[in-house]
Amino acid sequence: MPPDEDSDPAMTGTSEAGVNMERRGVRIVDTFAEAFDMRAARVLITANTLGWARTGAQTMTGFATSVIGCKVEAGIEAELAPENTPDGRPGISVLLFGFDADGLSHRLLDRIGQTILTCPTTACFDGLPGAAERVNVGGQLRHFGDKFQSSKSLNGHRYWRIPVMDGEFLIEEKFGVQKAIGGGNFLILGMDQDRALAAAEAAVEAMRKVHGVILPFPGGMVRAGSKVGAKNYKKLSASTNDAYCPTLRGRSGVKSELPDNVNSVLEIVVDGLDREAIENSMRVGIEAACRPGIVEITAGNYGGKLGKHHFRLHALMATA
Amino acid sequence: MIILTLKEQPVVPLESEVLSPDVTLSLSNAAIRALPVYLGKTQRRVEDFFTVEGEASDEIEIRGDAKQVKWIGRGMSRGRVKVVGNAGMHTGAYMKGGSIEVTGNVSDWLGGEMSDGFIRVGGNAGGQIGAAYRGSRGGMRNGTIIIGGTAGLEVGMRMKRGTIVIGGLVRDFAGLEMKGGTIVLLSGAELRTGAWMNRGTIVSLVPIPLLPSFMYAATYNPSFLRLYAKHLRTLGITIPDDPHDGGYQRYTGDTSIPGRGEILVWKPHAS
Repeated sequence: MPPDEDSDPAMTGTSEAGVNMERRGVRIVDTFAEAFDMRAARVLITANTLGWARTGAQTMTGFATSVIGCKVEAGIEAELAPENTPDGRPGISVLLFGFDADGLSHRLLDRIGQTILTCPTTACFDGLPGAAERVNVGGQLRHFGDKFQSSKSLNGHRYWRIPVMDGEFLIEEKFGVQKAIGGGNFLILGMDQDRALAAAEAAVEAMRKVHGVILPFPGGMVRAGSKVGAKNYKKLSASTNDAYCPTLRGRSGVKSELPDNVNSVLEIVVDGLDREAIENSMRVGIEAACRPGIVEITAGNYGGKLGKHHFRLHALMATA
Repeated sequence: MIILTLKEQPVVPLESEVLSPDVTLSLSNAAIRALPVYLGKTQRRVEDFFTVEGEASDEIEIRGDAKQVKWIGRGMSRGRVKVVGNAGMHTGAYMKGGSIEVTGNVSDWLGGEMSDGFIRVGGNAGGQIGAAYRGSRGGMRNGTIIIGGTAGLEVGMRMKRGTIVIGGLVRDFAGLEMKGGTIVLLSGAELRTGAWMNRGTIVSLVPIPLLPSFMYAATYNPSFLRLYAKHLRTLGITIPDDPHDGGYQRYTGDTSIPGRGEILVWKPHAS
């Protein structure tokens, strides 16, 4: 049966196993999201206008949804007012997540080199100045200057000035890398596609206000949730999450996890600089997603065997 | 805080490199009074020239016209020195950290070969600010020097890094043989600015006479100057960085070396 849209918004149980929790009639499954250790960098992109900073940031964070397929997960963290950027211009903060600092440094070099260096009026700064681990990015990218580049040091930071056709591209020499967590998630199980999408959009809007997280998938959500490996193609490392595909309900070999009245599922994946940021974003996201037409909120995990960070939905929402 | 009040003006320069926070940090009042200073070749005691109040502190205040007192804050790495009045030659030379403030004027070689720290002079300064000593290859390596008034010859000679800002007019050879760093001339300079400069940046907010060995490149608004503008604003200094107000004419040189330095001359839009 679909949920009662007028039901009590309060929790109807506790986080004890087997006891229901509801938000505005939406069932919160007593399960957990399983997330992993990652390394993160924060890049501050500034430009003459916020529009050009955003253009650079969007280009830089394109094709960066999954570290498995794209070697990096990246997204826009926040817009920055001129008073909050190093050069006093409007800016965008971008977070990038990788498995290790070495890999991340290569991705930073590739992406800044191809998307920010090339973007009119932009400059690029480290957004994690307190991070102990540093990777050399500007110091590598300077070679594009073909020995016409020059550097400036100010307040303990070194910057490279690379001559380009619209003037100069300015980039900080080193970028901080810190421990982070990737793969926080929850799934929104809706009665139909429109309402699942509307709930996911509401969740994304709320989650993007939280500092220190990104939602790396298109529009902040993913429809192609995956399982580890594949049942029929042994060489695949990941394949469709058949248990949550509505069209596979009742199909032989599929153990559907979907209630009968669920016909569309969207997943929100969140990467964060620390556990608190992910918890805060999941909490506000789930809260926003609990709206008419949504049956259930659940989360993806691997039985707790792969990732050491577990985000229990009931514990999260008990403090909402 | 330790307060040193000058009793009388020394007849010849007084070599006073002991007047440094690193030295006074752990000394008693008596020990500070007994510190050696040199009047010519004669060793004397601090108390021969100063009354001393306080002890064991890395904050020193020197009161009186100390224009004959040399090497104040030499090699200091921490703390604060304030000179209420004038200061002599070599103030802040070889400084590694901390800050020095001089409310009056200061003589030559201010911050000579300093490697870090902050110096602010309210009045005028002599020549060779942040410069390399004779025979030395490199001048200041980091840090910031701000002069409210005018400055003398060879400001920033052979400096490698760091920032020097001069509020008033600067005499000849600013940035002589400069190797890096940034000199900001708020009121311009006289002749031969940037002579033989190899690297580094000289910014002038007013037109200055340029050597013929500097070549015009472009008029633009360098991104890095916005960093400096923001940094200097925190120190009470404004340099223009808004493209709507104007641009900087970039001259590269000194091509007689040939060098890869630059002189940026602010050119406001015609109003």
